[in-house]
Amino acid sequence: MSFFKVEHLGIRFGGVVAVDNVGFEVKRGEVFTIIGPNGAGKTTIFNLIGLIYPATRGRILYQGRELTGLPPHRVAELGIARTFQNIELFEHATVLQNLLIGRHRHRRTSLWREMLFTSSVRQAEIAQREAVEKVIDFLELAKVRDSLVAGLPYGVRKVVELGRALATEPRLLLLDEPSSGLNPEETDDMAFWIEDIKRHLGITVLMVEHDMNLVSRVSDRVLALNMGSVIAEGTAAEVQAHPAVVEAYLGKAA
Amino acid sequence: MRFIFKTDYEQDIRLFRHGGQRFWYGVLAVLLLLAPWWAGEYVMSQLHFILIYSIVGFGLMMLTGFTGQVSLGHAAFLAVGAYTEALLQAAGVPFVISISCAALFTAVLGLIVGLPALRLKGIYLTIATLAFNVIVEEIIARWHSLTGGNEGKHLKPVQILGWKLESDAEFYYLCLVLTVICCLACVNLLRSPTGRAFVAIRDSEVSASCMGVHLAKYKTIAFAFSAALTGIGGALYAHKLAFISPEQFTLFQSIELITIVILGGIGFLHGAVLGAAFIIVLPQLISIAKGWLPEGLVPAGMQAVVFGVILVLVIIFEPLGLYGRWLKIRAWFELFPFYRKGMFRRQKSYMKSERLR
Repeated sequence: MSFFKVEHLGIRFGGVVAVDNVGFEVKRGEVFTIIGPNGAGKTTIFNLIGLIYPATRGRILYQGRELTGLPPHRVAELGIARTFQNIELFEHATVLQNLLIGRHRHRRTSLWREMLFTSSVRQAEIAQREAVEKVIDFLELAKVRDSLVAGLPYGVRKVVELGRALATEPRLLLLDEPSSGLNPEETDDMAFWIEDIKRHLGITVLMVEHDMNLVSRVSDRVLALNMGSVIAEGTAAEVQAHPAVVEAYLGKAA
Repeated sequence: MRFIFKTDYEQDIRLFRHGGQRFWYGVLAVLLLLAPWWAGEYVMSQLHFILIYSIVGFGLMMLTGFTGQVSLGHAAFLAVGAYTEALLQAAGVPFVISISCAALFTAVLGLIVGLPALRLKGIYLTIATLAFNVIVEEIIARWHSLTGGNEGKHLKPVQILGWKLESDAEFYYLCLVLTVICCLACVNLLRSPTGRAFVAIRDSEVSASCMGVHLAKYKTIAFAFSAALTGIGGALYAHKLAFISPEQFTLFQSIELITIVILGGIGFLHGAVLGAAFIIVLPQLISIAKGWLPEGLVPAGMQAVVFGVILVLVIIFEPLGLYGRWLKIRAWFELFPFYRKGMFRRQKSYMKSERLR
């Protein structure tokens, strides 16, 4: 049984086939990257996996279980977390509150007990806080812990969003362009963290990325996409040298 | 300026964050408990209304301020709470049970009204709640055999376990106790996972759902909880007026309720209380103003105009409402002389994934 597998995945929006017959497999504990020119369908694949769009065809299998057809919130409950290309944080909340929402799938309290704030709720809250503090330590977010997200610089927000995904304690982490909008230093930090997430936390990472430095540094395998279809798969170096990939990015030689 | 040195996770989930808060809330509690001694008959009556409107304000704040679902139909929940209480009291049901029933029944109704919220968003949901208000108002006016139609219903004073609450002071304490209970329920929900899920839905539905928040479930809970509080408020409202009729629960009442929330400060529980106090005091201010102005200058129906103008001005100049204004004043004193004008201005939000909506 494979850890995560996508078979014949496809979606069309009216006449546009955004993703067409895409299939790949992610092994447990690896960093798998999807690359491709703009509009290739990378983010759409993420949204299909996150069940934000219903797939027109194909199947998504996670630990032998079919995801297609489940309601979107079940994806997180099964242990898949994601970040967004353009950051979807809760802006009018502090960093801490954002990370605590990541703990939502680990809640064990009922509405009535929450209204009375019984000691069991209090203990549960402290346990959640401890779990969140581990993420804060891991990503070195301690100094912005109580700041409002709306007032933080873009680079830090990107890390907070990664933290919120990690707070869910996922087994599979989907990163949608983790380095977009980051300066070279921040990108370097991001690469460190992705390596650490894989090595120390043992989380499998599925990532969409443009920055080839970052891709070659962290990914075990790379999938290249163009116009919604797979054009190459292999290690970063193999894919970069693949004639179809070169053609997709640079065009055909005259 | 106060710096809080944190040594314990408990500190972030306590009701009072520091000694100063404990002191000021203590002062407020003493003042409120001693109100029958310092307040005259008129002020007492105003305090009743402020407490009742605060409960309703909490309900609407949870829904609109924290879950982001704007409702223009809360007068209907208020009506259902009021009529449930009136009918059950007439049937001889004890107060403790009848007010619980009023809360429960409105909560169930809230669940039903919440159902369109799963499909409708933003302004369309507001229109649906508006329609609900009109429907309920019509049903109450037409269902003569049950509600007495436009002749209305009379209520007797509250009686708890044989103890008749006839004086203003006794009814005041009943309102105060219920307000505190409702307030605590809101505060407790907001510091636990359910409250965080509400706020998550308000700020970004897509990412709330990606964090495992069941949107449908939590929106329905928010509606039911909000309706239940409004139902409790409605039951007290009915007893306060001792007479209820359909024209007390019109669309204008709904607008008044949403004004409480917006004026008080959207997203703050304090705002609900400040808004309620303002709404109750405002008509008095208008009538005082009328006395000063020359005869005939102030037309009838002035109240609606003033309400509208205030609502527009608040939205333009102080989107955080009265409580937001207070926060700014406090910050000015705390940071003196370093307060800057733009401090509370919201930064331009970065581009969001609009296409996911």
